Amino acid sequence: MTAGLLKRHETILAGLTVLALIVLALLSDKFFTAENLLNQGRLMSEVGLVALAMTFIIVTGGIDLSVGSILGLTAILLGVFWQNAGMPLPLAMAAALACGTLAGLGNGLIVTRFRVPPLIATLATLALYRGLAEGISQARSVRGYPEWFFYFGQGELLGVPFQLWILGLATSVSAVILGMTPFGRATYAVGANETAARFSGIRANATKLWIYSAAGFLSALAAVVFVSRVTTTRSDMGTGLELDVITGVVLGGTSIFGGRGTIVGTALGLILIQALKNGLALSGVKGDGTIVVIGIVLIGAILAGAVFDKNRGG
Amino acid sequence: MTDAAIRRPIGRANWRRFLAGFGQEIVVLLAIAVLFVVVGAYNQRFLSDTNINSIFAGNAYIAIAAIGMSLVIISGHIDVSVGSLIGVIATIAGTLAVSGYPIWMAWSVPVVFAVAVNAGVGALIAYARIPSIVVTLGMLSILKGGLISATGGAWITDMPEGFMLAQMRPFGIPSAVYFMVALTGLAALFMRYTDFGRAVYAVGGNLEAARAAGLSPQRTVVGVFALHGLFAGIAGILFATQLQVIQSTVPPNLELTVITAAVIGGVSILGGTGTVIGSTLAAILFATIGSALIFLNVSAYWLRAVLGLLILATVLADMARRRRSR
Repeated sequence: MTAGLLKRHETILAGLTVLALIVLALLSDKFFTAENLLNQGRLMSEVGLVALAMTFIIVTGGIDLSVGSILGLTAILLGVFWQNAGMPLPLAMAAALACGTLAGLGNGLIVTRFRVPPLIATLATLALYRGLAEGISQARSVRGYPEWFFYFGQGELLGVPFQLWILGLATSVSAVILGMTPFGRATYAVGANETAARFSGIRANATKLWIYSAAGFLSALAAVVFVSRVTTTRSDMGTGLELDVITGVVLGGTSIFGGRGTIVGTALGLILIQALKNGLALSGVKGDGTIVVIGIVLIGAILAGAVFDKNRGG
Repeated sequence: MTDAAIRRPIGRANWRRFLAGFGQEIVVLLAIAVLFVVVGAYNQRFLSDTNINSIFAGNAYIAIAAIGMSLVIISGHIDVSVGSLIGVIATIAGTLAVSGYPIWMAWSVPVVFAVAVNAGVGALIAYARIPSIVVTLGMLSILKGGLISATGGAWITDMPEGFMLAQMRPFGIPSAVYFMVALTGLAALFMRYTDFGRAVYAVGGNLEAARAAGLSPQRTVVGVFALHGLFAGIAGILFATQLQVIQSTVPPNLELTVITAAVIGGVSILGGTGTVIGSTLAAILFATIGSALIFLNVSAYWLRAVLGLLILATVLADMARRRRSR
């Protein structure tokens, strides 16, 4: 049991994260301050929200490359619904969230009904959703949102950035669903062996539809937070987000082949990445040098995991 | 089954089976032909030499990179770092050229570098058994971050005339087109008639069977990635010499365009099937669509939506066709 716990990817990762935090705190006295840490939490919220759903998707053995495009599309729709269609802003937000969910449902339908491998299905919708965002916006940005709207991305509740509350709540809900409910067990079963799962009476397609829709919803929620944080809407928002999200999830120990992974791991992976980005920048490493370190950490962590546990497949 | 279907003489009864074995390339070819006829009828200038040259030359580097990507995907893997690699190659080549090194070195050193990097990636995948998407995600960060922190995003200009490979036009045809046609042909023959080519299909199609047949999956995967590095290297040189300036950044979304070309060309993401002719046709199709939109006076901002819709339609049609032929 103890040996098993030691070998677990999450344990290694937690150790690595603590080590990184200590080293970074020693390198710069600005790093380990409440203000800096909370601010970093603010910056990782958008990636974090999407990564929760991505964990479920990768656990089913799938992948979703279109999340960044859904973020861009729903950000544009939010602006268009409010400014051009004249909707009240709360209604526009609800409509954007609904559209994001539909975009995710679309991915799910292509994957389940037409049996298109998720990598290709979402590669296609990555281009399609981003293309719709560009076409609808015609490269115009939307500004001038009312003051109260900025609360989601810039406000604080009890001294903690508002979006961190959203992220915390979403993380807890996801962890409970994946770890403790029949739905979570169905998710693992579908990822480990879909045929066996079907024969056991698990509704694999319904499970996937829910998960891809949730990814769309969370991408749209991230879009609302993002627009609120930067105060303007542009069609290129969220470009490349999918790679950041997948890096966090995979670093968190979720197997790209499906069947294994936890929300705790994803959270740790995200914290490690954000801490490295910020801590290295504070210690004088230039912005893009930090990306190199993240790449090395990603390969190194998976390599270490493979060496620690040779029996583990993949 | 693919081979058998192609070699059999095509009678009426076999027509459907022929399509099933070779279908995707024909679908893409038809799409290109339809675009040329329709848009050409709408606007004669679409068929002018200049426009046809720019369609075929403009995406040649994507087609060449997609050849390597096809091999990678056929062998059952994926590479999301190829866009960053092409960016790095272009910058190395440009830097060597403006620093006064001989031109043959400015062309060849980056290609050797690309082969070495990707052979290393292949070794990590094959011997350390890390999934290819993880290794290449990491490489994407390393190459991209390394490139920007090394160059600071500075542009390279004033490259010597003789260095501009992609701008040369033997017999009035852009040199990139020669490269695209020759490399596609060579790779297609190589994949069909050499032991290594067959091994790539075998490893991607059924790993256990390939191993039982005495093939070394590890060596095959390292070989595939080294070859992929070679194609990415050549693509990078053509990309570097296309314009008068090298921007020292990673071209955005290039890896996705390359993967998309391979997939639309009929390479199954599940491994084991597909040809490099399809991926080259797909890269030409993308350029044709881009050009067609301009001639049809559609706002350029809709280009990506049209491409996305087309990719989706192709994929769905392919899935439907595959299910019928099964």
